[in-house]
Amino acid sequence: MVAAMSNSAAVAASAWVTTFLERLPAPVGELEAVQWRGREALSRQPLPSRRQEDWRFTDLAALTALAPALAPALAPASEQGRWPEPAAGVVRLWLDAPGDPLAGQSLPAGLSLLDADEVQQALGHTLATCNCEQHWPVELNQASAPRVLALRVSAVVAPTLELVSQAAGDGVMRPVRVLLLLEEKASLEVLQVQLGSGSSLTSLVIEAHLGRESTLRHGLLALGEGPACFLGHLAVEQEPRSLLESVWASHGWALSRFEPRVVQVDGEATTSLKALQLADGQQLADTHSRVEFRGPEGQLDQLHKAIADDRGRSVFNGAVKVPRAAQRTNASQLSRNLLISNQARIDTKPELEIVADDVRCAHGATVSRLQTDELFYLQSRGLSAAVAAGLLKRGFCEEVLRALPAAAAPWRPLQRLLGEI
Amino acid sequence: MIRPEADTLLEIVDLQARVEDKPILKGVNLTIKAGEIHAVMGRNGSGKSTLSKVLAGHPSYVVTGGRVLYRGANLLDLEPEQRARLGLFLGFQYPVEIPGVSNLEFLRVSTNARRSEKGEEELDTFAFEDLVRERLQVVQMDPAFLERSVNEGFSGGEKKRNEILQMALLDPLVAILDETDSGLDIDALRIVAGGVNHLASPDNATLLITHYQRLLDVITPDYVHVMAGGRILRTGGKELALELEDRGYDWVDQELAVLEVA
Repeated sequence: MVAAMSNSAAVAASAWVTTFLERLPAPVGELEAVQWRGREALSRQPLPSRRQEDWRFTDLAALTALAPALAPALAPASEQGRWPEPAAGVVRLWLDAPGDPLAGQSLPAGLSLLDADEVQQALGHTLATCNCEQHWPVELNQASAPRVLALRVSAVVAPTLELVSQAAGDGVMRPVRVLLLLEEKASLEVLQVQLGSGSSLTSLVIEAHLGRESTLRHGLLALGEGPACFLGHLAVEQEPRSLLESVWASHGWALSRFEPRVVQVDGEATTSLKALQLADGQQLADTHSRVEFRGPEGQLDQLHKAIADDRGRSVFNGAVKVPRAAQRTNASQLSRNLLISNQARIDTKPELEIVADDVRCAHGATVSRLQTDELFYLQSRGLSAAVAAGLLKRGFCEEVLRALPAAAAPWRPLQRLLGEI
Repeated sequence: MIRPEADTLLEIVDLQARVEDKPILKGVNLTIKAGEIHAVMGRNGSGKSTLSKVLAGHPSYVVTGGRVLYRGANLLDLEPEQRARLGLFLGFQYPVEIPGVSNLEFLRVSTNARRSEKGEEELDTFAFEDLVRERLQVVQMDPAFLERSVNEGFSGGEKKRNEILQMALLDPLVAILDETDSGLDIDALRIVAGGVNHLASPDNATLLITHYQRLLDVITPDYVHVMAGGRILRTGGKELALELEDRGYDWVDQELAVLEVA
């Protein structure tokens, strides 16, 4: 439902988008047509409104406070010694590099780049299947992304692929687009690291098509600071007997919104979604997920965890659609939230649409504080209240973080998420 | 071991406390010296567990009167963690499960908190592993429990062994063991009690809180106190526990009734 925005809000939204579009370079390159399309869409549909149900809890003030212009390509920051060395068996690609991110690197066996025709054909296919190609954060990315990393996965790929991108500095926008086509029985593990600082905007769109019996393990570590904002969108279509394991963890963004959209096109696939989002200071961390079963015997295991401290706000909306065709679906969704301060806020909403009658769909949501008895137990062993609270928070995070690809370890996700380094 | 010349470790004088608006402790008096083992017995609701939690500093209990001196200093002024670092230990009746927090890491952090208070060097991961493996033998515990989350999925007996393991690592001066025998089968009880006996020395003291005589068959107390209505009603030697076993608690109720009328 799109309701009319109030006049002044509409004018402001329109002005923001106009400025944004004006600062973009002329459409060019392999994505020229996509850029035109995105820009037209944005000029028609300036910004999501909080009157739209999907955006009700998402205050875009932090986004509209930015004046982003497309970031120039950058030499890998890892060369400056700011990043950890990749773990053994990890192939790191620096997505912000000038020219080809693969320059000087050979892809591991089982991975190949799509050619221009194949990109043309495949790009947007999964977005359309997931019914989100006109979704605002997607159009924002389409309007601005200068290129796409498009990979075919044709076998079991042994090394983990690590994709790193950074939006650093004021007024910078970093759009990242990734397309993964997994053929039958192929398998790939990907770790994406998105870093943001200054008044920058990161826009991420990942499309993945999982062929029969293929496996995609996708980890996303999104670490921001200061006024930086993050808009991420993961669209996945799964053929039968494919496996998707998605783990994401985020902290530090003034505004972060992550939108996993999964469609099991004929059911019979397995989807696992695990998330951890932390919001403190004035941060807003938002996850809107949607999983749709279009055939029988699909499985979903979803765990969403959040910690809200200070005046931070966490939003989770988890839609699960089980139409009549999706008999014998087995889905579970759990939202667990830790509310640390009195001013913090948690909004969590399961949204289950179940039409099929022979299904198992479990869902649960808990919001709690640190437990007095747990704190006291640790204190009674000599730990200060602060150390005890820290240990309990770490324990809370651990359950999700240990599911990240092993390649995440050198980034020390726990310490980064908890602001210890 | 009763020695008149031993140092007084804990002196509780007319201690009163409430939880929410309900008075639970109504004037407890108890003095514990180094080398002594005390047992506090009583029915459910007599205030035994409350006494242990007040001494350890649980935030849900409010002290409304009296004082507690721990080695001459006012215990009630201290935060729970300071009490622990100074050598007061509470073995929980229901040890808390803490998912995601490694037992080994927890034991190391707490051991180091106590060690640094004693002026001892903090132990790194390797040195601590050596220490913990040695102390595991006190409670015959499987090292696999170190790798798990604190108490998560432990059986009742395993949780109690983990409590005694913590006691063995923290080397307390006063150990208060709240119903350590509850939920234990006879073998586990022997192991746990063996650990407590092993750790008892002329320099420290133990306060056992229990319902039943059976713990006192394996740990011999120097003093037995009977608690009722938030007070210690009577104090005697180990024969008092046998008398309770023999006669039940009815006579305690009668004495309490007389006291409360007066």
